[in-house]
Amino acid sequence: MNEKQKKTRSMKTRGMIADTIVHIVLAVLAFIWVIPVAWIVLLSFSTQKGSYVTSFFPKGYTLNNYIRLFTDRNILDFPQMFTNTFIIACCCCVISTFFVLSMAYCMSRMRFKMRKPYMNIAMILNLFPGFMSMIAIYYILKVFNLTDGSMIRVALILVYSGGAGINFYIAKGFFDTVPKALDEAAYLDGATRFQVFTKVTIPLSKPIIVYTVLNSFLAPWLDFIFAKVICRANAKYYTVSVGLWKMLEKEYIDSWYTCFAAGAVCISIPIAILFVIMQRYYTDGLSGAVKG
Amino acid sequence: MAIFQKRVKEFDTPYAVGAAIKNGNAVTKLSMLIMGFGSIAHKQVVKGLLYLAVEIGYLWFMIRNGINCLSHLITLGGQESVEVWNEAKGVYEYSGGDMSILFLLYGVATVFLTIGFFVVWRANMKSAYEVECLAKEGKHIRTLREDLSELMNRKLHWTLLTPPLAGILVFTILPLVFMICMAFTSYSKVNDRLTIFNWVGLKNFATVLGMGNSIGKTFWSVLAWTLVWAVFATFLNYLLGMILAIVINRKTTRFKSFWRFCFMLSAAIPQFVSLLLMRTLLKDNGLINVMLMNAGIISSPLPFLTDATWARVTVIVINLWVGIPFTMLQVTGILQNIPAELYEAARVDGAGPVTIFFKITLPYMLFVTTPYLITTFTGNINNFNVIFLLTGGAPTPVGSTAGKTDLLVTWLYKLTVDQQYFNVGAVVGILTFVILAIVSLLTYRNTGSYKNEEGFQ
Repeated sequence: MNEKQKKTRSMKTRGMIADTIVHIVLAVLAFIWVIPVAWIVLLSFSTQKGSYVTSFFPKGYTLNNYIRLFTDRNILDFPQMFTNTFIIACCCCVISTFFVLSMAYCMSRMRFKMRKPYMNIAMILNLFPGFMSMIAIYYILKVFNLTDGSMIRVALILVYSGGAGINFYIAKGFFDTVPKALDEAAYLDGATRFQVFTKVTIPLSKPIIVYTVLNSFLAPWLDFIFAKVICRANAKYYTVSVGLWKMLEKEYIDSWYTCFAAGAVCISIPIAILFVIMQRYYTDGLSGAVKG
Repeated sequence: MAIFQKRVKEFDTPYAVGAAIKNGNAVTKLSMLIMGFGSIAHKQVVKGLLYLAVEIGYLWFMIRNGINCLSHLITLGGQESVEVWNEAKGVYEYSGGDMSILFLLYGVATVFLTIGFFVVWRANMKSAYEVECLAKEGKHIRTLREDLSELMNRKLHWTLLTPPLAGILVFTILPLVFMICMAFTSYSKVNDRLTIFNWVGLKNFATVLGMGNSIGKTFWSVLAWTLVWAVFATFLNYLLGMILAIVINRKTTRFKSFWRFCFMLSAAIPQFVSLLLMRTLLKDNGLINVMLMNAGIISSPLPFLTDATWARVTVIVINLWVGIPFTMLQVTGILQNIPAELYEAARVDGAGPVTIFFKITLPYMLFVTTPYLITTFTGNINNFNVIFLLTGGAPTPVGSTAGKTDLLVTWLYKLTVDQQYFNVGAVVGILTFVILAIVSLLTYRNTGSYKNEEGFQ
């Protein structure tokens, strides 16, 4: 065995040792990341009462938590919360997408005097803590009588989508990658700018549109604080996040603990699917409109 | 297309407001008083009438409410509410006082309307002067139909930007200005109730920034913790997430998509669910403590969320659990873009994986992802959810308005919603903004993506 062979062999063993360590570390990490998720799924099928859990695996399994979640509509009405959030999310999705895409297109394609100032202002506004203006928004909504009864839904839609136009940066970045030559070709054929926007840019921007749509659809499901401030004690208009949070408050936790787990599972599955789709389109969007 | 390459100076038109006032003829000058007069005189009747309608509407509003609102904005009302005995309920109630908060809101809204009116007035002057010049030169004056089609073409930004900008104005800028105004007033709970308030200048800033009182002391300690938190949360997440992504992407690592799936799982479930879940796991009688006690490893529960130092470490660690998968997702694509030759050259020179990481991967990533890092940093300073849902700011020392894990934002929440010290809350919000603005504008303006916006177009 000469020197060279010895060297390659020692490199090989070193590589194998490194691989084994990497896989063990990954397995441990994956375990840490998966275990809480697994636990909440198990808990949602658990037969136990109260919030005092002593073991990882439940003593018995049942579907009652799910049944109760969807049938017990007296105190914490989960189906109602789900409907509320769904309605709000759908409206938000339409309005926000429209706002974001129009802002992004103008900032990317039109050239006008106030363009740079607008972009700087948008960036500065994003730095203020979003919650800071909450109290003021509440008073504004109150002036328009939007803080009571079924108008709370309208108020939440406005809160989530009203200022959405300000988050145009990602979509603008995408529109920037759509080649201008395409626009110019369309202008030569006599298209107006609006036609270019709807017939050239939009069809080429599928990834970023899907991303924007999903992003604005998810916002009401994920937000907690705005919903809490606007709904206050009106349990009838709670969104899912406020409802689930309420289930863990002192007065409900003992009877709703396992139902919380069931609710969390019910909400997480569709959101997780949408999230994964969104991530795919997001990465597509980052790599630009026309692949090189 | 040359038009797109032109810079700001190119936007100057010959039909500026100053020129209109200086050089315009009598008709144009009359438009200063009677809006739309110039347009109507040159047969743009509908356009002119619209301007006129705006003017009449604005004047009508100002006479009916506006002037009143503006004068209230200065005084903020002086009528103290008085205690009245309510027979029916059998309690004393406060009534009849001026609602200073509404005066402030209406006043700010009126100022906004006035600015909006001024913008329309300028547009009116420009268009009056433009038609005058066009008529003088014997050129074609646009009809209404042409004006409208222009809104779909050369002036498309007017059409597309108006709705989103109106939304931003009403739901972002107006509330913000309103809150900023609040920082200069005495709007706060006194003797358990909100009273009328007044302008107090910079007094609140002195209260918050000074060390002499409890609010001031709390501010500095909360600020220190916020910065520590933001630095740890941002950079630990970034580094560890990147290392994780690198390890998964190694050539010899097997089951790549399985590992990715495991980590994706926790990123995909809604954040508030995973945070609430973590809180229940880590409580004094939560699963982790109970299991450890049953196993006889510890005799009393570990104070994950109840001891100041423990709680601070816990929130940072939990934030890692929440954040690392996100970083991994964001970073994976960029990592694959690093030219492979760089790595090969380094390996030929005998560099180990650690050297490669610090000399090649990290500098490259920092170069590309600076904007991402800034957004995460600001996001972490404003990270309401993690703190509010995990600890709620606890543990809170007796008599203090902020807990040991409270960030500036959660403290702001407590000050406004729980304590109703609106003025101090507004000051805290403004100071948060100032800190963020300094950090991010300085960094952002130095990145390539800002300086070189059209580099790829």
